[in-house]
Amino acid sequence: MAWLDAVLQGALTGGLYALFACGLSLLFGVMKVVNLAHGDLAVVAGYVAVGIITVTHVPVLWSFLIVVPVMGVAGYLLQRSVIQAALARGELTTLIVTFGLSVVIENALLQFFTANSRGLGAGEALVRSSLHLGPRLQVAWLLVVIFAVAVLVLLGLQYFLSRSQYGRLIRAVADDREAAQLAGCDDRHVFGIAAAIAFGTVGLAGIAYGMYSQLSPSTGTDTILLFAFAAVVIGGLGSLWGTLLGGVVLGVAQQIGAQIDISDDVLAGYLVFLAVLVLRPQGLTTRRAGS
Amino acid sequence: MTQPAVVRPLLEIRDLTVFHGQLRALSGISLEVQPGAVEAIIGANGAGKSTLLRTIAGLHHPSQGSVLLDGEDVTRTRPARRARAGIAMVPEGRRLFPSLTVEENLRVGASYARRGPWSIDSVYDLFGWMRERRRQKAAQLSGGEQQAVAIGRALVANPRVLLLDELSLGLAPVVVERIYTTLPQLLAAGLTVLLVEQDVGQALQVASRVHCLLEGRTTLTGLPSQLTREQVEAAYFGLRGATTGGVGHGVA
Repeated sequence: MAWLDAVLQGALTGGLYALFACGLSLLFGVMKVVNLAHGDLAVVAGYVAVGIITVTHVPVLWSFLIVVPVMGVAGYLLQRSVIQAALARGELTTLIVTFGLSVVIENALLQFFTANSRGLGAGEALVRSSLHLGPRLQVAWLLVVIFAVAVLVLLGLQYFLSRSQYGRLIRAVADDREAAQLAGCDDRHVFGIAAAIAFGTVGLAGIAYGMYSQLSPSTGTDTILLFAFAAVVIGGLGSLWGTLLGGVVLGVAQQIGAQIDISDDVLAGYLVFLAVLVLRPQGLTTRRAGS
Repeated sequence: MTQPAVVRPLLEIRDLTVFHGQLRALSGISLEVQPGAVEAIIGANGAGKSTLLRTIAGLHHPSQGSVLLDGEDVTRTRPARRARAGIAMVPEGRRLFPSLTVEENLRVGASYARRGPWSIDSVYDLFGWMRERRRQKAAQLSGGEQQAVAIGRALVANPRVLLLDELSLGLAPVVVERIYTTLPQLLAAGLTVLLVEQDVGQALQVASRVHCLLEGRTTLTGLPSQLTREQVEAAYFGLRGATTGGVGHGVA
């Protein structure tokens, strides 16, 4: 039963990791930008949520109504200014620029909010209560909710990319930027929209992590970014559903590692990550975003 | 600014010079395309034909000279804006969106369409086979079929000027022939065409006016009916005795 429990908990945690990963995957799939500031931006979103909740007293669960649009606008502006300028100088430049952004954000957070960690109290109902599946098998409602949100986000992204006008333009620009421009499509605006959506999901990831655990200025790089990378690589770069699979595999590997020895959880996750990199570098799924 | 008494060229290129790094790809090219005309640019590999079309579409920036669409200077306008203003290009190598279906390719083309006679349906009518295969990925089509979709993608934008870059490249002669047979229908619908073609025979057949480039310079312009084979060959290969026609050389 303990093993089954580990697999179940791990799989559900995979939803959280998929939420970390889908923004990273989308930005890479569309504009070949590896956003090293991804995790830090999620932490910023979490802090924004903390601030909003303190000031307006909205329930934690509903803070996303403000945080996601704020992150979306930030994503659009960041794309049109810093990232676009870096892209114009070559794809590798974006690595350096987003790395710089990561350092700046992390230090700014330290400066203004100190190194103390903060959580988003999701309320007793969600954190303490569990869904009972058997005599010794139960899962926290919070994880179930986060997993459901991740699936909804992925479904929404999939629908948006494959059916909507802007989704189609995003795929066209990702396929052939010049040809898209010849069709009258402003590639910079379209990339801005894609970045806005990716950042919106980063906002959700930040809130979810704040409810699941504690946020501190360094959480972005030492946890969120790394887990997002692992999930994306395991699942397959640029594949939306691959991020969910990657997240689940990572989560299960960590929980099984913890069963063997409680301090082995993170290590076990990275061992799977390494194994995939060596044995199947294209990831477990090879489908492209939106197809 | 222009006198209304004279028919204003729909597309006008004035003294265009373009560099690729150190290389001077175009030197002082001028040409005018009248509404409803088919202007053909011929020339050997590396003569600067594609560079000229790409500069008109906005993909290259000239170091000198200007591009005017219906009298309006668009030299500093970005490609997307030019497309919306009515300059559509079928790029060399077709450049479809490979992961999109045929219909999605056309819908991207129609995203910023002007008003006009062309729609996705009328493109399906023009190319009979396309409707049935609209759900296929563009990457799965043959070269000739991809070329037809690329033309359709440009048509659905209802452009005022259609730039065709090397339609015949990499296609069997029969397929090229079939694609060029659609040209009269496009003209009948009111389109103006500027095309680049390595296949001189094909170009002379469809063009109302020919413009020959050699190493980035104009070596010959004229009406196809008034040009002799020797003149064209001389201009094409840069043999001595090449003559330059009257149009365009406004460098004072």
